[in-house]
Amino acid sequence: MNKFTTLFTRLDETNKTLAKQAALVDYFKDAPPADAAWAVYFLSGRKLKRLLLSRELRAWGAAEAGVPDWLFEASYEVVGDLAETLALLLPPPEEATELPLKTFVEERLLPLKGMEEGERRAAVVQLWRELDRPQRFVAGKLMTGSFRVGVSQRSVIKALAIVGDVPPELVAHRMMGTWEPTAGFYTSLTLPEADGEIDASRPYPFFLAHPTVAPSDDLDDANEYFAEWKWDGIRSQVIRRQGQSFVWSRGEELIGERFPEILAVADALPDGTALDGEIVIARDGDVQSFAELQRRIGRKTVGKKLLKECPAHFVLFDVLEAGGEDVRNQPLERRRECLAAIAESLAEQGLNVSPSDLLEGETWEAFAVHREHSRSMRAEGLMLKRKDAPYGVGRVRGPWWKWKVDPYTVDGVMLYAQRGHGRRASLYTDYTFGVWDEVDGEAKLVPFAKAYSGLTDKEIGSVDKWIRRNTVNKFGPVREVKHERVFELAFENIQQSTRHKSGIAVRFPRIVRIRDDKIAAEADTLDTVKGLVE
Amino acid sequence: MSELLTRTDRGLYCEAGGFYIDPWRPVERAVVTHAHADHARRGMGSYLTTPEGEPVLRPRMGEEAVIQTAAYGEAVHMNGVTVSLHPAGHILGSAQVRVERRGEVWVVSGDYKLGSDRTCATFEPVQCQTFITESTFGLPIYRWPDQNEIFRQMNDWWAANRAAGKVSVLFAYALGKAQRLLAGADPSIGPIYGHGAVQVCNEGYRQAGIDLPACEYAGRGERGKDWDGALVVAPPGARGTPWLRKFRNYSTAFASGWMLVRGQRRRRSVDRGFVMSDHADWDGLLQTVRDTGCERCFITHGSRRVMEQYLNSETEVEAHQLETWFEGETDEGSAESDRESTDEELAEAANEGAGNE
Ligand SMILES: [Zn+2]
Ligand SMILES: [Zn+2]
Repeated sequence: MNKFTTLFTRLDETNKTLAKQAALVDYFKDAPPADAAWAVYFLSGRKLKRLLLSRELRAWGAAEAGVPDWLFEASYEVVGDLAETLALLLPPPEEATELPLKTFVEERLLPLKGMEEGERRAAVVQLWRELDRPQRFVAGKLMTGSFRVGVSQRSVIKALAIVGDVPPELVAHRMMGTWEPTAGFYTSLTLPEADGEIDASRPYPFFLAHPTVAPSDDLDDANEYFAEWKWDGIRSQVIRRQGQSFVWSRGEELIGERFPEILAVADALPDGTALDGEIVIARDGDVQSFAELQRRIGRKTVGKKLLKECPAHFVLFDVLEAGGEDVRNQPLERRRECLAAIAESLAEQGLNVSPSDLLEGETWEAFAVHREHSRSMRAEGLMLKRKDAPYGVGRVRGPWWKWKVDPYTVDGVMLYAQRGHGRRASLYTDYTFGVWDEVDGEAKLVPFAKAYSGLTDKEIGSVDKWIRRNTVNKFGPVREVKHERVFELAFENIQQSTRHKSGIAVRFPRIVRIRDDKIAAEADTLDTVKGLVE
Repeated sequence: MSELLTRTDRGLYCEAGGFYIDPWRPVERAVVTHAHADHARRGMGSYLTTPEGEPVLRPRMGEEAVIQTAAYGEAVHMNGVTVSLHPAGHILGSAQVRVERRGEVWVVSGDYKLGSDRTCATFEPVQCQTFITESTFGLPIYRWPDQNEIFRQMNDWWAANRAAGKVSVLFAYALGKAQRLLAGADPSIGPIYGHGAVQVCNEGYRQAGIDLPACEYAGRGERGKDWDGALVVAPPGARGTPWLRKFRNYSTAFASGWMLVRGQRRRRSVDRGFVMSDHADWDGLLQTVRDTGCERCFITHGSRRVMEQYLNSETEVEAHQLETWFEGETDEGSAESDRESTDEELAEAANEGAGNE
């Protein structure tokens, strides 16, 4: 627990990728595999099932700290984080013990779930008495399922690859899907690649595209690329291995049950096949809006009526495995040939699947004409993929690009809030958003846009509440909030500006949606935004 | 006749004695607890402070300011009111103001901290019936670690930076905190430099006989100087300014009581946070209220609402909030607890301007 806490503290103290990398490498070098497995589990965003209620922790914590409940709540309001409030309020530990992370999680945390309230309270209080302040903080985060640290899956994978001296792609592959945080699993992450080690269900890491707004600047000649529609659906991998079928979402979820039509596609594939594509709703060959797909997302089981109204369709755009062989290193042109053959045999069986259309044209002008039609096709724009490129890992600049239609969207972090006018004068409705920039070698959030609209009344109410709870500073009517929440913003235009500190001016900014699925570190950078300037 | 001290739009006023304590608008006679910008302002007819406080007060109030001094504990009589100054332990020359008339005693704490500090006289509780206390860190989450532990952390950080070929840039309030840190710095680690705002205050401390390690002026903008292994002490306003560029490869830290809370540490985006405050922590505030033996307590700065409720519900002391001018807008119940800058931080920051030299 001590070592894991030290790792957390080091990761938490820096914004620098290299420093984070070093902290991870130091930790994994030393940690026993049984502990490291849990570390990988938590660092990759996995959580324990709910162990106790926050209400319980608050009451027990106040009693243990010897402060009245109202004072505990007042403290919580200032700190803004329950685990930290507890760490700060509780008296110093009586008997600091060192528990290995595995023991801590498996013997002290997980059993809390089955306990009676009294027993659970005694167990939690006992834990507090054994842990020092930083450990209590991390323990509190794990207990309440709110453990988050600004480190990407990619950094964890990279660190493991460095420690194990294996390619990061291999580690990434092994970390996908479902696994248990055991010593055996951890050790297997960094073993040399063995034949047939990949179990049946495991998907390949998805290859992601880089955004571009000017392919003629960013990319090589247009005839080096395939152009396809960019659909707003669920990116998925459809796999058939050892007589079993799997449909994976990019969020590493198995979604076959929710999309029986797509599972049927998998069932019809020859053994040893993995396909990449997008699940969309299509009627009579026309792709429907994302809202239609949303009716299907959220449902574990689908009724007949919904199946009929919103039939799912798999737009197939890549082959990753064929005949039991990993074909990702073949050029896309070759993979497309293989894909055509597979799609043809599936279509003959009347399944809801079709290969992605390759749009005609040899010049950027020709592709631009297609792109103009994106909206009417209910596409988000174009995908541009290099014909001669292998299927990569993660988001590598070069082979795959997404050329979205307007509006420009940017993920920004809320920095400041001000009250609105008229009907909303009592609510904080005017927000300033920031994006990341390097200032003196440090990542900093710089303000770049103000937005007043785009949220529903209900969302405004909840954001207003959040702002009041998370104010860190006040300058007259302006509140500075914790730099925590990410919002997707859309603009009609972005221009260079000498009047603005950020160097850019945006036109008609509005909030598209709240991105609570992202942490602040995942917001866009000023460079990306500047890259949008035409 | 009304209370011995009343709150007016110019500040805390003693009608019987004809003077104000830490007034914020021009008045004839001002008794100032200390030289921070939220307590001592320009334009007063005269100032009363301690002899130690004068050298730091003078550069801030101007050469022509009329400054009288009274040693700690020395009685000054004003129209039948006895005024005396007592150590507050906050910064050099800082004082609590004791006001007595016909057996009735009030004490105004100004800002204060308990425990030793080599750069100023140690706080002494003063018996009174009515106590006006600050409450900047009036929440039980604030409990200060041992200062020697913090000095050790700071020196370790400096030495580690030096070993890694980095300059150590330490942000701290120019008056008080910077000198306390300098006094705890180990000059055997490397050379020490100060930002201009820090140098001015160092000079006042030296004049008052406080022994500080050699601290050279870090200069304006010249490049090409060798900063190898240096510790640079600068005011927080210098953060993120071009002034820092000349140090090229550097690590930053901030020393403040707020560094105890993670969110505030992260928001300042410095590499390290050292938990060191010149204000009393929760235990210190409560102990002081007890030690004064007061029956009544007025609370200013920071967590007024919390302190008020706590004293009223958990002790025999009758507590009330006392607003001061620097609080800014208070539009809802939780307003005070939202605050994260101390009043002096805000005032000092305003004083510094952008922190550029
Ligand atoms: Zn002060
Ligand atoms: Zn003050």
